[in-house]
Amino acid sequence: MTVDLMAFARAVANGDIRVIDLTQTLSQEFPTIVLPPELGQCAPFRMEEVSRYDERGPAWYWNNISLGEHTGTHFDAPIHWISGKDLPNNAVDTIDVAQFIAPAAVIDCSKECAADPDFALTIPFVEQWEARHGKIEPRSWVLLHTDWSKQPYTDYAGLRDDGAHTPGPEPAVVKWFVEQRDVHGFGTETIGTDFGQGQHFNPPYPAHFYMHGKGRFGLQCLTNLDLLPPKGAVIIAAPLKIKQGSGSPLRVLALVAGGNA
Amino acid sequence: MTEPLVRPRRKNPLKRTRLPLRPQGVRSRTAHGLTAAAAEGRFALQICLDCDTVIYPPRDACPSCLSARIPFREVARGGTLIAETAVRTTTDPYFRERTPWRVGTVKLDVGPVVVAHLHGDAVEGGRVRLELKLDKSGSAVAIALPEKDTENMADDPHLREMTCDPKFRRVLITDGRTGVGQAMAKAFSDAGAAIVFVGLADPWKPFAGMAGLRKIERVEIVPLDVTDTESVTELAEQNGARIDIVVNTAEHIRAGGVVDRHGLTIAREEIDVRYLGLLRLAQAFGPILRFRGADGVNSAAAFVNLLSVHALMNWPAYGGYCATEAACLSAAQCMRAELRPGGVKVVTVFFGPLDIDWFQTVPPPKVTPAALADAVVRALQRGLEDVFVGDVAEDIRQRLAVNPKALEREMAN
Repeated sequence: MTVDLMAFARAVANGDIRVIDLTQTLSQEFPTIVLPPELGQCAPFRMEEVSRYDERGPAWYWNNISLGEHTGTHFDAPIHWISGKDLPNNAVDTIDVAQFIAPAAVIDCSKECAADPDFALTIPFVEQWEARHGKIEPRSWVLLHTDWSKQPYTDYAGLRDDGAHTPGPEPAVVKWFVEQRDVHGFGTETIGTDFGQGQHFNPPYPAHFYMHGKGRFGLQCLTNLDLLPPKGAVIIAAPLKIKQGSGSPLRVLALVAGGNA
Repeated sequence: MTEPLVRPRRKNPLKRTRLPLRPQGVRSRTAHGLTAAAAEGRFALQICLDCDTVIYPPRDACPSCLSARIPFREVARGGTLIAETAVRTTTDPYFRERTPWRVGTVKLDVGPVVVAHLHGDAVEGGRVRLELKLDKSGSAVAIALPEKDTENMADDPHLREMTCDPKFRRVLITDGRTGVGQAMAKAFSDAGAAIVFVGLADPWKPFAGMAGLRKIERVEIVPLDVTDTESVTELAEQNGARIDIVVNTAEHIRAGGVVDRHGLTIAREEIDVRYLGLLRLAQAFGPILRFRGADGVNSAAAFVNLLSVHALMNWPAYGGYCATEAACLSAAQCMRAELRPGGVKVVTVFFGPLDIDWFQTVPPPKVTPAALADAVVRALQRGLEDVFVGDVAEDIRQRLAVNPKALEREMAN
């Protein structure tokens, strides 16, 4: 099959293909995952001005930044989790770059999440989605459209005295995604791919455990999922090439056919 | 009694802000023995170990027997104000703005006659107690206070030049999330601070003390994260000109030495919160504090550093933490020199282990957050520069003065 990349470029340029930004702005205020204080912590985003057209650099403005691999909108590589630690090409620098472009199935559970921050995604829920939109294609990202990105930060983090209360998948559905649907990875609008209280599941943190255990990927802190169709969007998610990196902040783009509607 | 201070009116924005001036502050190296005593609120003069003469002003040899063995020792501070006068005209720019300025001679019970500044309630011929204070130049001076406390005596304008009393001043507590931050807010509110700004990082992280903090009178919660340069800068830009005292309560306490810790993540965090946090505060608030050092009744007065006493001698059980505290102490010494032109005091408050979760396994004696907060307020009211809070801190101070090497070895056990 001949591929007309120029036609693709024209379609992007003239708006027949829309490019949607699924990325949160990297800012100092954006919540970062919180672990018990005696454990190691992911660094929040920080920025120090190097110069701003001043005596430190007369004609230029630039900053030094610091952040963790899992700060802001970010990609999780299989090496991030103990279940994926021995897989080949499991770090952001060794993953085949073709894997950074893949279609997406977008499952809307925003209504359910608005009613219940402890909404847990189940196999029957996804089966109902498939009844309406067709089976999830192999090697598709599954993106959970919760509208969580629209929450004020306090609700976004959802921290109470027993931990986070944010929506996410049950263990069975993650295993099913990997084994029965051969998904590419799992993406969420929340701080992590897992259910807020996911440490109490068996296994704990199933989205990390099963996805990374089978060499699949994670995306979190996504936004604008409400602008995507249930099927047909193509996701471009290429993490930084960090030596043996477990993940990386990145710009996540969705390509959606449909013109300037 | 002293005329009570009235809450200053709002500043006329059309009027130029008066720039800070300092009295002459040059002292001999020996005379800084008085500075050391004043910094800690002690009354110490030289005593001759050979003939028991109490010596003032400081000298390099005993005026009665020429002995060189004349260390500074705490002595009784009682005396009689034998004569007083008032300076009504002077060429000294600092005193020109403050005349008439009463001075007098005090005959101390221990012997010497001292020329001293006079509190308004000190009466000629009457009994007084002499205190050593740091004036706006950071050098020691003597001031005669009435023998017994009088009403509103802290409001005396001469005395207030030498103290950093929080009354009617506006305070910034940099972190309200900690027990110390909350106790500090309460203590400053109780001490009559006009506004108690309390910084709060990551407001999306709930914490137990939030409701209590909001209930404290005159507390205003402001967004502040000392690890975020932009956040610190923004607060200073918005509120810097109405903050007179900064108390840095940002803390990061973790056990572990420098060998027996795994990796640098914790070290980076503690340096970011404590040392770099201090530098961010210093750069954002230092210049405006220094500029406002003579800005009326609620002039900028102090920057308070809360430091583990182990900044002075490492405690290997918390060795990494202590190293960072030592860096903060060094930065505080630098700040002291840099803020002195504004007459703004940089106060170092050394505490022993605190009665908080991070020192859970450490046996008493421990310092409660409330005790630390009270000590800070008292230190500002007295105009101190170096404060030791709690039995452990006092013990370390004394042992350090006697034999630092022995202390180093003993801390390792």
